[in-house]
Amino acid sequence: MIVSRRQFIRTGVAGSLLLAFSGWLNAAGERRLSSDERAMLAAIAAALLDGALPPAGDERSRLVALTVDGIARTIAGLSVASQREIGELFGLLVLAPGRMVLAGVGKPWREAGVGDVSAFLESWRTSRLALLQGAYAALHDLTFGAWYARPDTWEAIAYPGPPRGYF
Amino acid sequence: MHDPIRAGLAAGWKHIDASTLGKGQTVETDVVIVGSGAGGGVTADILSASGLRVILVEEGPLRSSSDFRMLESEAYPELYQDSAARKTMDKAINILQGRCVGGSTTVNWTSSFRTPPEVFAFWQRRYGLHQLSAEAMSSWFAVMEHKLWVRPWETPPNANNKVLATGAEKLGIPVGAIKRNVKGCWNLGYCGMGCPTNAKQSMLLTTIPAALNRGATLYTRLRAERLRFSGGRISALDCVALRPDGIHPSGKRVQLRARHFVAAAGAIGSPALLLRSGVPDPHRLLGKRTFLHPVIISSAVMPERVDAYAGAPQTLYSDFFLHQAAIDGPLGFKLETPPLHPVLYATTLQGFGAAHAALMREFTRVNVVLALLRDGFHPESQGGQVRLGRDGLPILDYPLGEVIWEAARRALLAMAEIQFAAGARAVTPVHETAPLYSSWAQAKKGIAELPLKPLLCRVVSAHVMGGCGMADAPQRGVADHRGRHFWLGNLSIHDGSLFPTSLGANPQLSIYGLVARNASLLAAELSGRPPPLIP
Repeated sequence: MIVSRRQFIRTGVAGSLLLAFSGWLNAAGERRLSSDERAMLAAIAAALLDGALPPAGDERSRLVALTVDGIARTIAGLSVASQREIGELFGLLVLAPGRMVLAGVGKPWREAGVGDVSAFLESWRTSRLALLQGAYAALHDLTFGAWYARPDTWEAIAYPGPPRGYF
Repeated sequence: MHDPIRAGLAAGWKHIDASTLGKGQTVETDVVIVGSGAGGGVTADILSASGLRVILVEEGPLRSSSDFRMLESEAYPELYQDSAARKTMDKAINILQGRCVGGSTTVNWTSSFRTPPEVFAFWQRRYGLHQLSAEAMSSWFAVMEHKLWVRPWETPPNANNKVLATGAEKLGIPVGAIKRNVKGCWNLGYCGMGCPTNAKQSMLLTTIPAALNRGATLYTRLRAERLRFSGGRISALDCVALRPDGIHPSGKRVQLRARHFVAAAGAIGSPALLLRSGVPDPHRLLGKRTFLHPVIISSAVMPERVDAYAGAPQTLYSDFFLHQAAIDGPLGFKLETPPLHPVLYATTLQGFGAAHAALMREFTRVNVVLALLRDGFHPESQGGQVRLGRDGLPILDYPLGEVIWEAARRALLAMAEIQFAAGARAVTPVHETAPLYSSWAQAKKGIAELPLKPLLCRVVSAHVMGGCGMADAPQRGVADHRGRHFWLGNLSIHDGSLFPTSLGANPQLSIYGLVARNASLLAAELSGRPPPLIP
């Protein structure tokens, strides 16, 4: 993503304000993922896992939903500090201004296509803002971790799973 | 499979899972040890053997071979700090660190090296640690090697390690065999998820059972919060019990009173405990100079199956690139090969979408080589700093500067050349903008131009050291060569946080040896018996 210095500063300031706001929204602590957060994560997982997921259809939706469940489980096992930071990130992304200004995704998450979401992920992946790069890395690790933790994803990569028997 | 931990519990070991406490408690003992990893385990064994009453405090859970089912989905949340996703402050380094009884020794890859002689020599020169040398420490290393079955590994290396050997030999780069602390190892390759066959001679299976058999008490899911002190002596350790999730405080508190206290919570946990407690630190050294052996990763696709998840991990190494310059010159690096499992590999690998899926489809043909950068010797390599975040929990701020990236580039080049020499079809540095190179010539040109920056180039670590560095005087260190804190008379530090630099070698045996010495000196002092005869 090539950004001018002016854009860079504007995004940084807007991002800090949004983060502060979403941090306040999420100060309450542990909670389940909201349906807005699930929709956002489903859109992101569908883009990250494009190539590993089957083409559009019920099976794809089912596997994306399982991945979102896995992400929720992973988050519940993280430290309080990590959970708070992820809560701030999610709180930011589900807000329309956050989605549009920082992620550059115009459509609501439920309607956003793989192309829209991939463009946003790509811009964060190589962003000059460490905050966005770190956020991308968190989404990347949560999603791929949740996906490849499931034994039904192993056949595609020819991994036989751990040895069994004699135990 | 016989589970010696469950058998011990059934036989009446004193284990208190603090998440089950109905009310707070205050307990008195001789010595409180915070942490049950390499430092805490050895300390508990040696002190209990000299007749002292010992309490071990562990924040993680007690898990054993019956629980170790070789599944990443279970092992990472159960056995690792932050589900194996502990990060430095700017998120640029992922740290693998144990958080269970046995600490990192329960989940490490069994690599066992003595502290290199040149490291002791550097510590003598710079930190006045004249008591510590390869000769003076050799008996202590021998004791621990014997106790923990540290032996040459006779089984042929797995295909993943063989790639390192084949490529290095073609280029005239010497490779050595890594000793491992295993007894009757089945060569499965799942050491990182807890040993399912009780072959790995970790603290979980050796020193901690020995201490529990002598009546020591083990608390789990108990977080050491604050040392209470006045007049240069600590009187108590305040702890908070965690809920069964191991994350949130339950609201119950435990106060432990003792004659002596040992911090062995690892090189992030120990400095954090001391910082939270506000112990004297007039020279502002506490938590500083924390080292990680920052690890740079090169991934290759080989023509044949490698199955890097199978067989003992990390059985070969090369120190060739540690010896190309002076120890305090441009950073040297050690080469090793890690085990690969789907979650660990997929989360570490760059990119997403179709490109990521295509690389993952090659999973069984992938070889990975790691370069562990030897930080802390070059004058510009000052490592990181442990700070306290909200809730008083630690954050490690480790800036990745030019001196690291210069070495990272050399390491990426060296690893790619070795992998192509071993016959790799393609090699990619684990880096967000690196392509898959199909020849050494292409890789050489590409890596030379690769932008090396935090969060673009993947950096990981499994070795946290420093932060309570030892030295001959309080102007230069937090503790002396015995691990005794310079300002509080009844506080010892017994873990990797004592190291004034990194090591250039996997740290477990360095911790075992130093702590065996220091715990023996401490045991003599506290029990009034003569000191050990080993020099």
